[in-house]
Amino acid sequence: MKNREVILEVKNLKVDFGKGSNKFTAVDDVNFSIYKGETFGLVGESGSGKTTIGRAINRINEISSGQIIFEGKIISGKISKELDREITKDIQMIFQDPMSSLNERAKVDYIVSEGLYNIKKNLTEKERKKKVTNALLDVGLLPEFASRFPHEFSGGQRQRIGIARALIMEPKFIIADEPISALDVSIRAQVLNLLKELQRTKGLTYLFIAHDLSVVRFITDRVAVIYKGKIVELAETEKLFKNPLHPYTKALISAIPLPDPIKEKEKVLRIYDPKMHNYDSEPPKWIEIEEDHFVLGNKKEIELYKIQLQSHNRNI
Amino acid sequence: MTKRNIILSVDNLVIKFQLRGKVLTAIRGASLDLYEGESLAIVGESGSGKSVFTKSFMGLLDKNGWIDSGSIIYGGNDLAKYNRERDWLNIRGKEIAMIFQEPMTSLNPLKSIGKQVKESIQLHQNLKGKAAKEEAIKILRDVGIDNPEKRYNQYPHEFSGGMRQRVVIAIAVGCKPNILICDEPTTALDVTIQAQILDLLKTLKKKYSLTTIYITHDLGVVANVADRVAVMYGGDIIEIGKSEEIFYNPKHPYTWALLSSLPQLGKKGEALYSIKGTPPNLFHDIKGDPFAPRNPKALKIDFIKKPPYFHVSPTHKVKSWLLDPRAPKVKPPKSLKLLRYKIGDDLDEK
Repeated sequence: MKNREVILEVKNLKVDFGKGSNKFTAVDDVNFSIYKGETFGLVGESGSGKTTIGRAINRINEISSGQIIFEGKIISGKISKELDREITKDIQMIFQDPMSSLNERAKVDYIVSEGLYNIKKNLTEKERKKKVTNALLDVGLLPEFASRFPHEFSGGQRQRIGIARALIMEPKFIIADEPISALDVSIRAQVLNLLKELQRTKGLTYLFIAHDLSVVRFITDRVAVIYKGKIVELAETEKLFKNPLHPYTKALISAIPLPDPIKEKEKVLRIYDPKMHNYDSEPPKWIEIEEDHFVLGNKKEIELYKIQLQSHNRNI
Repeated sequence: MTKRNIILSVDNLVIKFQLRGKVLTAIRGASLDLYEGESLAIVGESGSGKSVFTKSFMGLLDKNGWIDSGSIIYGGNDLAKYNRERDWLNIRGKEIAMIFQEPMTSLNPLKSIGKQVKESIQLHQNLKGKAAKEEAIKILRDVGIDNPEKRYNQYPHEFSGGMRQRVVIAIAVGCKPNILICDEPTTALDVTIQAQILDLLKTLKKKYSLTTIYITHDLGVVANVADRVAVMYGGDIIEIGKSEEIFYNPKHPYTWALLSSLPQLGKKGEALYSIKGTPPNLFHDIKGDPFAPRNPKALKIDFIKKPPYFHVSPTHKVKSWLLDPRAPKVKPPKSLKLLRYKIGDDLDEK
């Protein structure tokens, strides 16, 4: 795993909103790398900063300190116009609510190719049309849908349009911010399958932001858990679900509703209280506790986590 | 099972809407007996009619909708015949109350939390002034709001999503209803908060001896709260049974499909099961089994004749021709067996 190519690296990222006494730190000293071709999950409750991280990568939110490195180039802070243009093309976003993320007054043709108008200005009309057709076919829609308006489509189809709009730029990296939360159960499966399929055929890398852990478990390769702007644990998905160390991760996993009436009714809910940490005397550090498994904790806690890990590893 | 009282009985309900000059049939002859003290979950895709069905119990259909035929018997009266707002005022809140999905929009942002809770108490419990305030504070404490005396004077924007949903619940419970309808009560909330709200609803159900109906598309929530589950499709209840019966022994192909598309049953690297096609167009007549066009294994008769209820057990009935003795034996998808064993195992280890 170690020699995999890193496509995106986030170093000591900090994002503040407001000024002076109104200052609010939404993302605080966050570190992670995303490998090429993987699906990296970011989970946490609303207000935890997961969307802000996505938006910081996409240069929508300004960062306060730290660095974001994409394919070896620093893309945070002041960058050249050409690089900015390149990033806009290479990093695309899929939004949560297909009902509100599409321009109601524009035809699908325009919605899908809007990015092209901005970035690839020298395309002929014919080339552009061809790209739209291909993008629509890629997401399982008919090319003739290009002449229709968003209201003519169902939620699942609209989300496909949102995906086509991202794909047409031929991105390398896609930030999917809760892409299926607003969809119906049966349509969710279709969109998840589509995302997986596109990843395989186009070699995409995903940053998958979500709060539904059962979906995250299904689709991601590695996952980071974020709580109040800090990442508290990061590991391979199965490792994290089988052996969570940080108490917040444990609480989060225990809260996943299980579609099994007997187990669901017997399950014990864990509550996470941030007061349980004693961080005044000794602040926590971001430690790699085993290969590819990071956790936030102070010396005492790390000792404890290590013991837990050992006993878990002995059991399997 | 001891004989239980039926608190609400819906028979052959048909609800229609007038939409852009056309008539849409949202509910197509659905029947349901709700037992006192039980917790029933209604599941289905959007457009299956689950919200419209329950809204009709409270006279909350949109202006362009009406009950075409059928009856809703509650307390000896047929609610389907109510047509004056005045009649409904005796039912709404007092007898049947509802919690809505979005706690951000179901509270009045200009009124303090306390006033909003007090309002429902004054209206429905004949308490006034100080007594009403005391009762409101008591209910706020019941729904798990710390320091209710102080919180009483605060406004909705000072509350988090989970706390707001607690206030909405306090308002609903403050009316001392018999039946509480929870329409997607936790969809807008985070997992950890969701679990807490579900726990709260269960506690209140016991404390206030409520009968609860949950409307949801999250099968995890269903497993948590429901004694019985009704599966809706195309405006009708196509399968209903005890929660264990629906999860461990589902019979309708649509229920199979719904359960199979759970991400928990997916294998990494493989495609997740997904239902092909789209839900039926409610503007048209539906012939036969509404799910037939999307069911790859549909029988011929599924396209011709609407199936009646077949009883699997005294508590479990299904509208599917597969249960007719003449039907070929079609087995549910294998992956559904995993439901019992695979899910939740990781947690047991701890």
